[in-house]
Amino acid sequence: MAKSTTQTQSAAAKQPQRKWDEVVETGKRTDIPEGLWLRCPNCAAMVYRKSLEQNLHVCPECDHHMRVDADTRARQLCDPDSFEPMWENLVPVDSLNFTDLKAYKDVLASDRKKTGHADALVCGKGFIKGRGVMLACMDFRFRGASMGSVVGEKITRCIEMGIEQNLPVIIASCSGGARMQEGSQSLMQMAKTSAALARLDDAGGLFISLLTDPTTGGVTASFAMLGDVIIAEPKALIGFAGPRVIANTVREELPEGFQRSEHLLAKGFVDRVIHRADLRSEISRIIDYAGK
Amino acid sequence: MSTATSSTFELDFERPLIQLENQLAELENHADETGVNINAELRKLRSSHTAMLKKIYGKLSAWNTVKVARHPDRPQSVDYIRMCFKDFCELHGDRRYSDDNAIITGFARVGPYKCMVVAQAKGKDVKERIKCNFGMPHPEGYRKAMLKMKLAEKYNLPIVTLVDTPGAYPGVGAEERGQAEAIAYNLQEMSRLKVPVVSIVIGEGGSGGALGIGVADRVAMLQYAWYSVISPEGCSSILWKTGDKAPEAAEALKITADANKKVGVIDDIIDEPLGGAHRNKELMGDRVQKWIVQNLRELKRFKVENLVSKRYDRLRVIGQYGEE
Repeated sequence: MAKSTTQTQSAAAKQPQRKWDEVVETGKRTDIPEGLWLRCPNCAAMVYRKSLEQNLHVCPECDHHMRVDADTRARQLCDPDSFEPMWENLVPVDSLNFTDLKAYKDVLASDRKKTGHADALVCGKGFIKGRGVMLACMDFRFRGASMGSVVGEKITRCIEMGIEQNLPVIIASCSGGARMQEGSQSLMQMAKTSAALARLDDAGGLFISLLTDPTTGGVTASFAMLGDVIIAEPKALIGFAGPRVIANTVREELPEGFQRSEHLLAKGFVDRVIHRADLRSEISRIIDYAGK
Repeated sequence: MSTATSSTFELDFERPLIQLENQLAELENHADETGVNINAELRKLRSSHTAMLKKIYGKLSAWNTVKVARHPDRPQSVDYIRMCFKDFCELHGDRRYSDDNAIITGFARVGPYKCMVVAQAKGKDVKERIKCNFGMPHPEGYRKAMLKMKLAEKYNLPIVTLVDTPGAYPGVGAEERGQAEAIAYNLQEMSRLKVPVVSIVIGEGGSGGALGIGVADRVAMLQYAWYSVISPEGCSSILWKTGDKAPEAAEALKITADANKKVGVIDDIIDEPLGGAHRNKELMGDRVQKWIVQNLRELKRFKVENLVSKRYDRLRVIGQYGEE
């Protein structure tokens, strides 16, 4: 990918070299936090927020793929205005009456306020370069995009609709794993979503799993690793156990690049590592080969 | 019922109980040796022992349940394979990488049925525990399990899985060989196996590592087993940001058999002998065998299509949510 030259303050105010107007409608974003500038967590460069957005939240300096929320992800992947969210009425319940340092009820309410969503997944129908798809995007801002009953249910419905309507299913994952606050019911969402994918597979449907930073735990150990085609964004952390847990278990330093997309590609567990800017066209290609 | 345990291991909350047991054993020995009749006294002690057992085990906290589930004398897969099954014919290896000793697989007979056993093994002494990696399987363990389950499917044999793991192993090699992929694949494939699958959590049901052989038509837990999305210790360190809130985490996670049955994660609870399975292994073995045979008998009646779609429906309804 060509690196943008809009690095200095004066240059950054200008239009960036690459244009993403076809997918990004910057005018629609209402949740931009304060500050026109932000620092890239990877290279520490100061980046003009607007140019970052137009660059699909990829650092124009170092190509670092920043985390994006579910709405942004859906907007970036789908044709303009084509994504229709579904099952937005499903809300989590605190069936275990779970309290750690905070009550689960309270963190659900504050995460809802923060994200504008009732839980950590946005899913529905959309079009990618004109191809109809079922798309589900996880939102890391909500409980680390952990999978509880609502996430599991929505993913399952998404897959079931993909079967009924002969649509390819695409899930953009990022997650800390199964949600602890819903206990073993969260664990069972792993089995539920995987069983739904078995049905999609039996029906000859296509499932493209898109792994983004970070995808770990029970999400990796269920639907995320069951893609007919598995795509990862560059340098995303992907694993079963978190790096800290592993380091504590083996009591040694972890190898360089361990659990990153490129490492998984080398070990044979993902099909492609694809730059965010190329996702739409590459997913379209795959659908044309494998979709119905 | 035997009153004295052979082990030197003591659970903290069982200390008064074990003192009483030692006292009883001493008295019994004394009576045997000297021929003095102390039957009345023995009877009295035995009944207070039973009363104490009932009292302690009648209201076991979640954390104490975890301790019972981890008791070194608790019967393990190898014991159940001996007690419940006949003619066990072990099969090794995943034909891909190696043979994981944390998962034992093989043909066996249970009651009138031939079946495939897939069981997590923890090991009993230090040497065995290391060999079994303390019951924490690597990806090759899950792949070995699936390979044998597919073999069972080919010959139309039902599958019995025994779950007992603190979790899948979180190591460098396990990650690089695809721990997550191995578990995910098992979840997907077990959901559509064309033969009956029954699963029993006999001790620890540690998260995805347990579920990796735990997708079944019928799932039971022993009364003092635990089953949850994460170990109490893991949950404590993440949510409480300290390792020492495991008792609170165990309570909050609702890891007990009762709680799991309430939310439909399991179908049945197999009662343990008074004072836990480690106090009477043979009785526990009998009950486990009865449950397996009874459930296989019921499941054998289903047509394959119904069996698989009921297995899906069983999972489909797990998980509570609200609608606005």
